[in-house]
Amino acid sequence: MASRLTALWNWFDARMPTVAEQWRIHASEYYAPKNFNFWYFFGSLALLVLGIQILSGIFLTMNYKPDATLAFGSVEYIMRDVAGGWIIRYIHSTGASAFFIVVYLHMFRGLLYGSYKQPRELVWIFGVLIYLTLMGEAFFGYLLPWGQMSYWGAQVIVNLFGTIPFIGPDLALWIRGDYVVSDATLNRFFALHVIALPLVLLGLVVTHLLALHDVGSNNPDGVEIKKLKDANGRPLDGIPFHPYYTVKDIMGAVVFLAVFCIVMFFLPEMGGYFLEYNNFIPADPLKTPPHIAPVWYFTPYYTILRAVPPLFNSQFPGVLAMGIATLILFFLPWLDRSPVKSIRYRGAYYKTALAVFIVAFLVLGYLGTEPTTVWGQFGFDAFFLDTKDRATWVGRLCAVVYFLFFFLMPWYTARDAVKPVPERVTR
Amino acid sequence: MSDQQKPDRTRRNLIVATSVVGGAAAVGAAVPFVASMWPSERAKAAGAPIQVDLSRLAAGELGVFEWRGKPVWVMKRTKEMLEGIKQADPRVSDPGSEVDQQPKYAKNEFRSIKPELMVLVGVCTHLGCSPKEKSAEDKGEMGADWAGGFYCPCHGSKFDFAGRVFKGSPAPKNLEVPPYEYVSDNTLVIGEDKEKKGA
Repeated sequence: MASRLTALWNWFDARMPTVAEQWRIHASEYYAPKNFNFWYFFGSLALLVLGIQILSGIFLTMNYKPDATLAFGSVEYIMRDVAGGWIIRYIHSTGASAFFIVVYLHMFRGLLYGSYKQPRELVWIFGVLIYLTLMGEAFFGYLLPWGQMSYWGAQVIVNLFGTIPFIGPDLALWIRGDYVVSDATLNRFFALHVIALPLVLLGLVVTHLLALHDVGSNNPDGVEIKKLKDANGRPLDGIPFHPYYTVKDIMGAVVFLAVFCIVMFFLPEMGGYFLEYNNFIPADPLKTPPHIAPVWYFTPYYTILRAVPPLFNSQFPGVLAMGIATLILFFLPWLDRSPVKSIRYRGAYYKTALAVFIVAFLVLGYLGTEPTTVWGQFGFDAFFLDTKDRATWVGRLCAVVYFLFFFLMPWYTARDAVKPVPERVTR
Repeated sequence: MSDQQKPDRTRRNLIVATSVVGGAAAVGAAVPFVASMWPSERAKAAGAPIQVDLSRLAAGELGVFEWRGKPVWVMKRTKEMLEGIKQADPRVSDPGSEVDQQPKYAKNEFRSIKPELMVLVGVCTHLGCSPKEKSAEDKGEMGADWAGGFYCPCHGSKFDFAGRVFKGSPAPKNLEVPPYEYVSDNTLVIGEDKEKKGA
């Protein structure tokens, strides 16, 4: 039997040696630093969630109807009448939030260990493109259940494009395909969500991995393991990705799936954060729900949008601020002037800046889920930039911190008191 | 070798010409795809004017009607509401309705043909949510100087009962007043007026 299998493999390998070769390049002879820690789980987990989303998504489309009169009902139909339908939908909705949790942690890892720095700029840029595509994918998908939050969320986001000077109104009309968010909008968002963006996403993931495997992985010490090699040309501090990290990542996947299942079975709505309560009401174009907020993964940017008051009779500055807040990520490799990569060898400036940035980001995220009146109002008269809402002022402060983290980065990273980086990775 | 190093001009020109023609063809091929995303003829045809019967509307009650898929608000304003609008003058961004958000006949103090009857498109000029009515009794939530109006739940814009935006709101402009006219004292047509008909 074994010899037959070997013979079959040899037959295959003689005709298509690429398979074995790619396996060697990307797994069995891809040398990754031996000191990966907890933060290095999230890349492979993101890949796992992508698989989960594609699989569950395919089965959802079998029963979902992209039609404004049928969509809401078809989702309820999936939940109540389709055998296993509820579990497939909860897999997909939990997966959406899990995707962002994993990706945010993956990006935070990059900030911790300077994984975006030379020579990994392209890896980072493709990563940011994945993040932006993922945001689009999540936004298009969110309209599909055709609930109140779907409808009004889409209304607000499409109108963001409408604020761009000159071309804005026409652009918004073109995106919607109608004068308001309507059946035409739903139908095209369905097409973008189930085919266009997933293809883009897959292409970008492949590119992200190819770019990574060309330069090699960074590590918690920020040491380039390719500098020191043994007689066979293998990095002294490297171990083959397979079997060492495949096994490690499978362990991570098991823990992740356990948590995933707990959420999916017991907390699929996550207190209104993963599935918003207002979305259980069918879309009503005449009535905005009393409080609308995007899903949690968009809220930091949403707060930045809300924080900027209109200037020159236009709301475009807020939209611009929100756009810059996401696009600035592309420039991170060049904003960071530090000679070291990892936080382990950085000085107090960067450590403080990163800590303050994370706090500001979390506060921005929290405020975006709440109405602007959540913390009440100041007692004094509104002056200058007007509002008395405490939350708006805190949001403004955090938005300024967010931008300063990036804009001042060339200054504080260049002056930071860094520690010497060792030749080899530490444990 | 030296032959290969010299570029063959004829070939290169042919490659450039072919690429340009091919590129133009690709752009041309994109036209129908881009065009297909504009509103269809059916979507354009929808949006006829609507009639509103005012006799069924009590004073101070907000009537919501659908016109072109958008909510249109009609309300018979009370004296207190009109007084509140006058008092709001210093606190709104555009008290004189200078920005073109209304037909000429509504460019006045109360932004309406008859002072007591309010007609507004109930879509926030910020990002298109539909604001909620907050009466003068909601002072606790809206601030001590609140005399009633509309509050947008999405981004916190505030408007008075004439649809004028309060300073400090994210919304840059007053709410839109749609074209409308009276066909009788108690019947309104929204979406059409004498000017549009060319009379």
